[in-house]
Amino acid sequence: MVPDPARGELRPDPARRSDVDEWGRSERWRHVARQVGGCYYRRWFRVEWEGIANVPLEGGALLVANHGGALPADAPMIMQGIEEQLGRPVYGLADSFFRTVPVVGTIWSRAGGVPAHPDNAQRILSDHGRLALVFPEGEKGPSKLVSERYRLRRFGRGGFVEAAMRAGVPIVPIAVVGSEESMPILLRLPRAARALKLPYLPVTVNHLLLGPVLGSIVHLPAKFRFRVLEPVTFDVEPGLAKYERGRVMDEAEAIRQHLQEALYDMLSQRRSIWFG
Amino acid sequence: MGRRILITGLDTFWGGRVAAALEADAGVEMVLGMGTGTPSVPLERTEYVRADSSYSLLARIVKATQVDTIVHTFLVVDSSAMSARAMHEINVIGTMNLLAAAGAADSSVRQVVVKSSSLVYGANPADPAWFSEDTPRSRPARSRLERSLVEVEGYVRDFTESNPEVTVSMLRFANVLGREITTPISRNLARGVMPCVAGFDPLIQFVAEDDAVRCLEAVVLGSIGGTYNVAGDGKIPVSEVASIGGARRLPISPLLTRQVAAPLIRLGWLDLPGELESLLRFGRGIDTSKLKATGFEFSTSSAGAVARCAETIRLRKAVGPHLAPYRYDADVEAFFKHSPAIVRSPAPLKTRSARSATAAGTARAARSTPHS
Repeated sequence: MVPDPARGELRPDPARRSDVDEWGRSERWRHVARQVGGCYYRRWFRVEWEGIANVPLEGGALLVANHGGALPADAPMIMQGIEEQLGRPVYGLADSFFRTVPVVGTIWSRAGGVPAHPDNAQRILSDHGRLALVFPEGEKGPSKLVSERYRLRRFGRGGFVEAAMRAGVPIVPIAVVGSEESMPILLRLPRAARALKLPYLPVTVNHLLLGPVLGSIVHLPAKFRFRVLEPVTFDVEPGLAKYERGRVMDEAEAIRQHLQEALYDMLSQRRSIWFG
Repeated sequence: MGRRILITGLDTFWGGRVAAALEADAGVEMVLGMGTGTPSVPLERTEYVRADSSYSLLARIVKATQVDTIVHTFLVVDSSAMSARAMHEINVIGTMNLLAAAGAADSSVRQVVVKSSSLVYGANPADPAWFSEDTPRSRPARSRLERSLVEVEGYVRDFTESNPEVTVSMLRFANVLGREITTPISRNLARGVMPCVAGFDPLIQFVAEDDAVRCLEAVVLGSIGGTYNVAGDGKIPVSEVASIGGARRLPISPLLTRQVAAPLIRLGWLDLPGELESLLRFGRGIDTSKLKATGFEFSTSSAGAVARCAETIRLRKAVGPHLAPYRYDADVEAFFKHSPAIVRSPAPLKTRSARSATAAGTARAARSTPHS
């Protein structure tokens, strides 16, 4: 890739010894992540896409998806799929909690994770014109019980809509089916989670089947399906500090509804959790 | 009439280097330095007053010398250098007295330059990748050092509001590395170790000492007001700092980090002040586009600053301390500066363009365009 200063890519620096970029992402690490992720992508979750043509081939766009499973595998799988099929890097915006976890936080960052902060979103989407992936449900998505699966939580406070408006980029909703069943949560242990300073501490089906250690990291081989919906554009002036609260909330709710309907549609056509 | 400039902390690396740069400028009529120790840089025509660190003397000096510019370089940014109380005295009380003197009723001061630090942004998990000058901290400052710097900036802001006729420049420097300056990180690299918090490899930023001095110089001579971030391009992971600096990484437990590091620090195997520990955990990036928009150009990147420090360490290892340490002697200095026995050449000052290759210390630094 030829560096383009307008996109924040710096001239090659002779003093540098690694390829870690300003977000902590390293293409070398990404390559390793793709090798590992590729196995999961093809063999384990057997990912299938619908409407991937809705993801723009150039310019910034904010990918918005539903989140599920105690340790959500949907984020790396979406990043993997778009990088493989479109050759575009995807930056995964996630809660800054990741940064506080030793080792995991570093690997997450090297593999393309970025703390979800409005300034970071603006830089990735507008200044660098790249793809960012965000889960507006936040931790409420993956922490929901198996009985609540595929019922979308509140989409935060609409921050993702505001970020897209400010950057002047479209929102591309992606409906994800399969991740909820890859690590379904039976119950949560809120007190233990607080004591361990974790956002949530689940007991999953995987724990019952595989024990406490393996069950925390091995997913069940559910069939993953991603459906990319029509991009949503906003007819507003980009770059403003604030956007009308009501409009932002309405747009966020509309996207949530749209995703929810797509999920119901996909689930009504699904014959098997494991074979799709 | 040329500029009359007062510099605080003349005995520190910063004050000395900035004085050397400014006294070589033909547009500067007089440079006066204050400090608690003795200057560590040979200076041509800078006058020196020894004062206590809280500057109770300052109001009198400002009045008597009619300086038009105060360059406040004497802010402590290394909490391991002294006790918290002494640091508070220097940073907060010193700045308060300095601004009081500058803002006195019939004050001659027209520009105040404060050398602050990117420590005012802190290093927290919820931080953005890049701080711009008006991004707020994501968590309130907890350490004594950060709190004192935040307090200093508060005083400076108040001063700016109540003295609109004074140009106030506040520069927030990233960690400085280079050939001469000694910081906790450079001391670690010189020992061949780079401490890190096990499991964390955040991105950090550096500015080369030459760029830092040039930036202060440009802001003074160009009378550029406002708050600016100062850091070299790019951010580099701590692991890469170690590899560029030729040091081994020394991982310290992410839990009870202070307790684990304390004996190593006591033994002198390691430098790890509290502010460095949080930096090594979460990193920090400051956006310098506002400074670059004024026309300032950096001579090197973050990685380049580390490389310059590493070069010096290698040279010292090979030939020992290659630069003869300068010793200040008040009588000798007074003789050379004021004795009628000294034959003074009619044009002792070089103009800005002619001295670009000789200005002390900045010899290899590419010059920015003058803003005058």
